[in-house]
Amino acid sequence: MRKSLRRAWDGLTQHFGALFEAFRKGDAWTRLSFVVMGMGCLARGQIVKGLLYLAAEVAFVLYMALFAWQYLSKFGTLGTVGMHKEWDEALGIYKRTPGDNSMLILLFSVMSILLIVAFLAVWRSSVLAGYKAQRLKERGEPLPGFVQDVVSLMNERYHVTLLTLPSLMVIAFTVLPIIFMILISFTNFDAEHQPPGNLFTWVGFQNFFDVFWKDPMKSHTFLGILGWTMVWAVFATFTNYLFGMILAIMINKKGIRFKAMWRTIFVITIAVPQFVSLLLMSQILHDQGPLNSLLKQWGVIKQSIPFLTNTTLARISVIVVNLWVGIPFSMLITSGILMNIPGDLYESASIDGAGPVRTFGSITLPYMLFVTTPYLITAFVGNINNFNVIYLLTKGGPLVTDYYQAGKTDLLVTWLYRLTVDKQDYSLASTIGILVFVICAVLSLIVYNRSASVKREEEFR
Amino acid sequence: MKRVRKRANVGNIVIYVILSVMSVLWLLPIAWLLMISFRKEPGAYTTYLFPKALTFDNYVRLFTETSQFNFPRWYMNTLIVAVCSCVLTTIMVLMLAYTFSRLRFSSRKMFMNIGLILGMFPGFMSMIAVYHVLKAIGLAKSLVSLVLVYSGAGCLNYLVAKGFFDTIPRALDEAALLDGASRNTVFWKITLPNSKPIVVYTAITAFIAPWVDFIFVSVIMKDDYQNYTVALGLYRMLEREHIYNYFTQFCAGAVLVAIPITLLFIKIQKFYVEGVTSGAVKG
Repeated sequence: MRKSLRRAWDGLTQHFGALFEAFRKGDAWTRLSFVVMGMGCLARGQIVKGLLYLAAEVAFVLYMALFAWQYLSKFGTLGTVGMHKEWDEALGIYKRTPGDNSMLILLFSVMSILLIVAFLAVWRSSVLAGYKAQRLKERGEPLPGFVQDVVSLMNERYHVTLLTLPSLMVIAFTVLPIIFMILISFTNFDAEHQPPGNLFTWVGFQNFFDVFWKDPMKSHTFLGILGWTMVWAVFATFTNYLFGMILAIMINKKGIRFKAMWRTIFVITIAVPQFVSLLLMSQILHDQGPLNSLLKQWGVIKQSIPFLTNTTLARISVIVVNLWVGIPFSMLITSGILMNIPGDLYESASIDGAGPVRTFGSITLPYMLFVTTPYLITAFVGNINNFNVIYLLTKGGPLVTDYYQAGKTDLLVTWLYRLTVDKQDYSLASTIGILVFVICAVLSLIVYNRSASVKREEEFR
Repeated sequence: MKRVRKRANVGNIVIYVILSVMSVLWLLPIAWLLMISFRKEPGAYTTYLFPKALTFDNYVRLFTETSQFNFPRWYMNTLIVAVCSCVLTTIMVLMLAYTFSRLRFSSRKMFMNIGLILGMFPGFMSMIAVYHVLKAIGLAKSLVSLVLVYSGAGCLNYLVAKGFFDTIPRALDEAALLDGASRNTVFWKITLPNSKPIVVYTAITAFIAPWVDFIFVSVIMKDDYQNYTVALGLYRMLEREHIYNYFTQFCAGAVLVAIPITLLFIKIQKFYVEGVTSGAVKG
């Protein structure tokens, strides 16, 4: 931790140091390029490069003045004038005048801040390019022309070429939205503060306090759902893992024929889109569904079993149906690793007279647990975020009144989904999203350290 | 010796029985889906399991009765989006994978860490913001926006491809670089021709995504029925007011979606395993 902080600090001083040096040792043109971008390059004859820098500066200034400023200036308050009625003298009626739109103010502010950061990077590179050109000239070395610069994009600086498009996409559709939503969690953006009709504003850590203790209903819901999410993740992960491994062992056992056929049968069920298979399952388990009516016909039961509408039964149902979804997955994943277990371990076990159960318990399971711990934690994180199984089967239900907009099988992510899509309670949803991120990040950190230590261990061997 | 073999045989028979029972249990919902897709009687909840009469009508009506649920149009939408985002995602994933596998530059580690951290945020959290970003650039409720969103999300899954590139010997690159080839030439002429399986894997996973997603598309398209994809359209058929009339058609549509996806998935299952397990030891 300290090491990485130190490295970050070193990097920072290095970055500023280069700028400082450029200012100290630069001539008038280089110094001018601190204010008017591209002058350092233009003065040395790198015309196209200099003009491009200059154009970037002009475009940025225009963008800030004409567009961004009207939003950035209100970033601190997120708008003060709501939609209001104004008396129109000419028409003799009250007219609705749109006021500030907090959502757009926040969105465009974040966008502009990202652009400012990008611009600062361009500005820095322009200063350094000007200074570099000056030094090359002083030493009498030839300056690279524009064509050479472009060619270097295909070679020494090829990473710039390759990273540009993906970075832009990720910034626009992942980074920007995530920053926006993180900021939302510090506001009161909910159904009652909905732009353009109403304003919303900063509330600090209010939402986090609400979720943890201040608002009894929300904190009760949060703790309840968090508890069930963990129970669910533990059961879903380990049942699937264990049964998937047993299935893989059975298929891979010596003497079992048609291995490819058995595998394909189970792989088919992975391949069928989940919204199809799980929606069908929810129909089958419905109170009036075929399973209940069959059981009634056979006289096993008189009343329908509420597979998905009774809290305990619904929780058991989702875990059982998740077995159907998950066992083929873990079968597929564990089979490869199972075949790598050294065969002599099994031979000596069978010479000692150990039966299949004993062999599984004292050889296969410990070995597999050791090798697949990182996978298990990843699967655990995946199950915390397992939206499809819950949403398509029960929609989070059965809904209860002592929960805030949630049901008894809701996971944090399905609750988050309902809060955003159905209830427009964006600030609370973002808060939960951040908490989910924290949980996942901590678990992933464990994976990271764990796999790093496993790697190191192999080096020692 | 004979007794040992006998015991093994009994064990194998038990395993065959278990495997058969499990296969039936696992295939049952799929068989039921197929059966219902040919069922003549409407309605979702029947008191019997097997259809009373079979018909091909559900499939025909999917393509002819398009006033309420325009299935052929949704199918085309999905196909267009899938092809475009498949091309875009594949290009970007290969670019990222090659960059992080072969090129060394000062901010490399930082970029990779940012990618990891971004992947830990729940995707639904930023959905609404994505919608507003698209609206701000005037693309909301259009197929282009779907392509952009799927490729933007898909290009973070580059780790499998990076792992594959890592296994291609560097000696090849270095020889070509010594001969005066540029990095660009190496990428196109040496790395790519050697990575056909991973290109196929990347392309197919990107192609499948639009067929199975019904969340993002519902947030982006809202009520714009004409621009739905099949997944969302079929999902809508099961809403309370439609389920009685459209349940059998839903099954027919689901079969038409599931068949191509299943075939494609079986083709890439080997790499799929590597993808999941390499996700576990990334870093």
